[in-house]
Amino acid sequence: MNASLLTVRNLRTEFATRDGVLPAVADVSFDLARGEVLGLVGESGSGKSVTGFSILGLIDPPGRITRGSIVFDGIELIGAAPEHLRALRGKRIAMIFQDPMMTLNPVLSIETQMVETIRAHDNVSHAAARERAMSTLARVGIASPGERLAQYPHQFSGGMRQRVAIAIAMLHSPDLIIADEPTTALDVTVQGQILYEMQKLVRESGTALVWITHDLAVVAGLADRIAVMYAGRIVETGPADDVLENPRHPYTRGLLDSVPAATAPGQRLRQISGSTPSVKSLGSGCAFRQRCPRAALPCEMMPAITRIDQQDLRCHFPLLQMDEVNERAA
Amino acid sequence: MSALLEFKATSKRFSKRLDAVERVARTLGARVHEHTVHAVDKVSFSVNEREVVGLVGESGCGKSTLGRVACGLYSPSDGAVLYRGDPVAHINGARRPIQMIFQDPFASLNPRMRVADIIGEAPRVHGLVDAKQVEDYVAQLLKRVGLDAGFVRRYPHQFSGGQRARIGIARALAVKPEFLVCDEAVAALDVSIQAQVLNLFMDLRDQFQLTYLFISHDLGVVRHLSDRVVVMYLGRLVEIATTEALFARANHPYTIALLAEVPRIDRRRRTFVPIKGEIPSALTPPPGCHFHPRCPYAMRRCSVEVPALREIAPARWSACHLNDIAKVSQ
Repeated sequence: MNASLLTVRNLRTEFATRDGVLPAVADVSFDLARGEVLGLVGESGSGKSVTGFSILGLIDPPGRITRGSIVFDGIELIGAAPEHLRALRGKRIAMIFQDPMMTLNPVLSIETQMVETIRAHDNVSHAAARERAMSTLARVGIASPGERLAQYPHQFSGGMRQRVAIAIAMLHSPDLIIADEPTTALDVTVQGQILYEMQKLVRESGTALVWITHDLAVVAGLADRIAVMYAGRIVETGPADDVLENPRHPYTRGLLDSVPAATAPGQRLRQISGSTPSVKSLGSGCAFRQRCPRAALPCEMMPAITRIDQQDLRCHFPLLQMDEVNERAA
Repeated sequence: MSALLEFKATSKRFSKRLDAVERVARTLGARVHEHTVHAVDKVSFSVNEREVVGLVGESGCGKSTLGRVACGLYSPSDGAVLYRGDPVAHINGARRPIQMIFQDPFASLNPRMRVADIIGEAPRVHGLVDAKQVEDYVAQLLKRVGLDAGFVRRYPHQFSGGQRARIGIARALAVKPEFLVCDEAVAALDVSIQAQVLNLFMDLRDQFQLTYLFISHDLGVVRHLSDRVVVMYLGRLVEIATTEALFARANHPYTIALLAEVPRIDRRRRTFVPIKGEIPSALTPPPGCHFHPRCPYAMRRCSVEVPALREIAPARWSACHLNDIAKVSQ
């Protein structure tokens, strides 16, 4: 096992609103090894994007990180001086957003934006930077990068823009890329192309990747490990195969059952009842208890993280495999 | 089985009118033409009574336009759309038997109207219920779609996305339709909520003997719900087949590619192999078969001749020249 590249411990990010202080991320801990791909999965409002933004220090008021620690390669990021963060961002940690136009400036040519990104961290000539920009564009599958460099973002299609955003993230061969739903807005065939490029790039360069998504099927094809978030907490983490084949948290089980492919066509889907709770009205206790088929009195207390085999869980009544159940009964 | 809704060589074109300068230029002999998009190009198929037909394709393929033509929101530029043998445009009143459910549960409900009015307005106007009984009628409908009957006096902003989707469904059901056009009706919902709404669609189909045209880019959803699937690419139909046949053995190279790109939970850490290229612009579609620049099997003929949609097996249609070769070699 490689040494951990990123260690997040008890992260809490709160937003001050008219209804009081709401913890979008209540208590999140995870580790990421060098070159590892982590799929961070959750439904809307689960805090998965805020977790990604917190790592990069992109939380602006009224949001605030109020607790915890984020250690990247031995450097504590929470409370680090802005110039230290700036030296890391774009150089060693990069981000890819759902909407590539969050990365791209519509009034600057791709060349200007890419050269600027390179020269912000490396003291190289414009010509050398342009050369590097061109080769990076070629690596993400953009044909005739020389001509494309002179163009502006509006001259690119959605999928091509996302490739440019990925190229910009890759410019400094970062140790860590945080990708926030980068294929959600794209068509299936284009999504396939982007997944292909990302997979190739992280394999070649040994970049660690946090892939934030609501789509379990996307990370199933990509991730080494999966972390499932619900209402600001990671409720289950483990190797991708284990989490997908033997989910032990009732929420993960419910999510997997909700995917139409899990049920024979025409049969009723096994749905999770109720809707995602608002973080306002959670109270103490397990956030999933109102929707959980296994919930009982102990669930009024927040479950601590327990480990079964390779999976870490926050659940008082985890699902066990049948043979385990039989063993325990015997 | 009788055809309930029938498209007969239906086309829908959108043209950008020439502006003043271009009109002057044209009178002076300049070669300026109106830009025309063939959003839907000579589409023929029928939907039988009590059938669920899935309409799939990537963005820009014309599937939503076709849905709007089906319920009379757009009139076809060419060809006809028949409902029980009569042109859709001639159906009296506000086309009551065909109703549409829209994608965005936030944009498709008037934020200034109470639920009672959103759902109750149309049946009142069409004389289906007395003004005095509207509120009871709405309360009943709310119960049908799984909402609390006490919600009648609330406004849309007081509901979550899944609840709004249900309100949109109740609104469509209020005028006792026979045919529902669902345009990406579950695309904006989280997986767990999506499963609930899909189950609701299946229940309603049984309760009200409904027929659906279910438009979606999500093949998993379409597979789960549909009896037959229609695949579109750049305004044309490329394949029609029963759901079982299509997912077991797709015929058209585009359908094959589309099915291969769908991320699935049972495909782990696979190596993504993308189809080349992107969807060409509908303004300047490639000649011949629209798919030929991306097709791995393209021949010379494909760039010249438009393949006709032919019945290649009972109830199975495909528009590909390869089927001619297959026939000869048999």
